[in-house]
Amino acid sequence: MSAQRSFAWIGAKSTEGFAAFGRFSSFTAEAGRAVPDLKTWGKLLFPLMKRIGVDSIPIALFLAAFTGIVLALQASYTFTGAIPMYFVGTLVGKTMILELGPVLTGLALSGRVGANIAAELGTMRVSEQIDALETLSYNPHSYLVVPRVVAGLLMFPVIVVFANAIGIVSGWITAINLLEMTSQEFIRGLRLFFEPFDITYSLIKTGSFGFAITLIGCYQGFTTTGGAQGVGTATTRAVVLSSMMILVLDAFWAVTLLQ
Amino acid sequence: MSIELIDIYKSFGPKEVLKGFTLTVPEGDTVSLVGFSGSGKSVALKHVVRLLSPDSGVVRVDDQDVAGLSRHELYELRRQVGFVFQFAALFDSMTIRENLSMGLIKQGTHTEAEIEQRINESLNMVELEGFEDRMPAELSGGQRKRAGLARAIAFRPKYLLYDEPTSGLDPVTTTVIDRLILKMKKELGVTSLVITHDMKSADRVSDRVAMLFEGRIIEEGTPDEIAKSENPIVRGFVDGEPELVEQGRLDQ
Ligand SMILES: Nc1ncnc2c1ncn2[C@@H]1O[C@H](COP(=O)(O)OP(=O)(O)OP(=O)(O)O)[C@@H](O)[C@H]1O
Ligand SMILES: [Mg+2]
Repeated sequence: MSAQRSFAWIGAKSTEGFAAFGRFSSFTAEAGRAVPDLKTWGKLLFPLMKRIGVDSIPIALFLAAFTGIVLALQASYTFTGAIPMYFVGTLVGKTMILELGPVLTGLALSGRVGANIAAELGTMRVSEQIDALETLSYNPHSYLVVPRVVAGLLMFPVIVVFANAIGIVSGWITAINLLEMTSQEFIRGLRLFFEPFDITYSLIKTGSFGFAITLIGCYQGFTTTGGAQGVGTATTRAVVLSSMMILVLDAFWAVTLLQ
Repeated sequence: MSIELIDIYKSFGPKEVLKGFTLTVPEGDTVSLVGFSGSGKSVALKHVVRLLSPDSGVVRVDDQDVAGLSRHELYELRRQVGFVFQFAALFDSMTIRENLSMGLIKQGTHTEAEIEQRINESLNMVELEGFEDRMPAELSGGQRKRAGLARAIAFRPKYLLYDEPTSGLDPVTTTVIDRLILKMKKELGVTSLVITHDMKSADRVSDRVAMLFEGRIIEEGTPDEIAKSENPIVRGFVDGEPELVEQGRLDQ
């Protein structure tokens, strides 16, 4: 009986899940069709690049700076004299660029950017501003969704370039001040296994995070129902779903590009 | 060039809102739609420009079947229709000037000076001159409502859909707005559908009045005919007597 009920529950939940996935797909397709409408979204792009990108740089740099310190100290702690100290540079550089720069920034910005977009568009939905756009012959996908997603796609990699750089610099400063390393040693380690592809990988990954966070935020905003409480729910959902999506994409890129 | 809603059915989940709703607004006429709060007036109005799609039934505007329009054709049609939202729905990240310019910019045929002129004119018509640079949050409820109305008339549409344009306004401003609705009709030949609770307003502005009850139009006629209606539900509504309505519901 209870097994039967659990199966029914699982069945209902997966049907719901498929339906939700279907709605998200058609939302994405609708947004895709709006991309050629450059005339509408082009002039909205720059302010959004500032809001989504430039304004997010302080938090990203803050995170990266502390991450760099911790990485350097943990590396030297782990090596305990068995491994040459210059590997601290290797570990800081590789980890920052390949993983922590993109993922930590992504997670922080799913809170900052994803929540902001979901709350803004959700409020517009429940106060009928999106309907009002429609009645004035604006395609809300061109007007609201596309510029946000494009801004995310373009600006997240920029932010992460800065974050990676600051992370490495703070690792370096830590190394020479607290670990009795020289700059030469640190840089030697940094260059040891460095591949230009690392940067490409970091940027592709971050671009996909920017895309996912903004798109999920827009979708949650557009599908908001039920007043202020609905906006709250949509915002929470946007953060939770885009954080999960970041981890899924992270694994996806590792599997497809690093093997 | 009329608005026709024919045998519309619309439900939200289990809740049936419209059940065989039929209403025509002939070209150049003003029709008022009255009915109790929650009866589905706003829902019916949103069907005209496909903000909502019917479960079944036909919506015809400007001699076109609205359901069959492509996205492009739909936007062409919407360019001819001004929609006044019940709660104004002003874009709250924009000034009043920017709000009003949205429709004008979309038409793409006006110079900047013309747009500015149009904005001033429209704000004058709703007695909001000098409010161009305010943000919607800095306006009172009634002012927001009038700004929403100004936004809808700014681009001189052929059709106007008003969702309770005068609710929450003082009696004098109500008269001003009623006159504005009449003026749009007389001077620009606009075809209008007006939702209202206010029988006095309905009497002033409309050629015909229709009453929505339990998903359908139960009575339609000139304002005089409605005022003299024998139908207990209409009587109850007009005179504000719940007992009459209850009795009419039982008789049905
Ligand atoms: N998007 C929606 N989802 C679910 N239910 C809805 C939706 N829109 C309207 N309804 C329901 O439809 C019914 C009619 O709503 P509508 O807003 O049309 O009423 P109304 O006649 O305009 O009332 P009022 O005079 O108070 O504005 C209400 O019961 C409302 O709860
Ligand atoms: Mg209503």
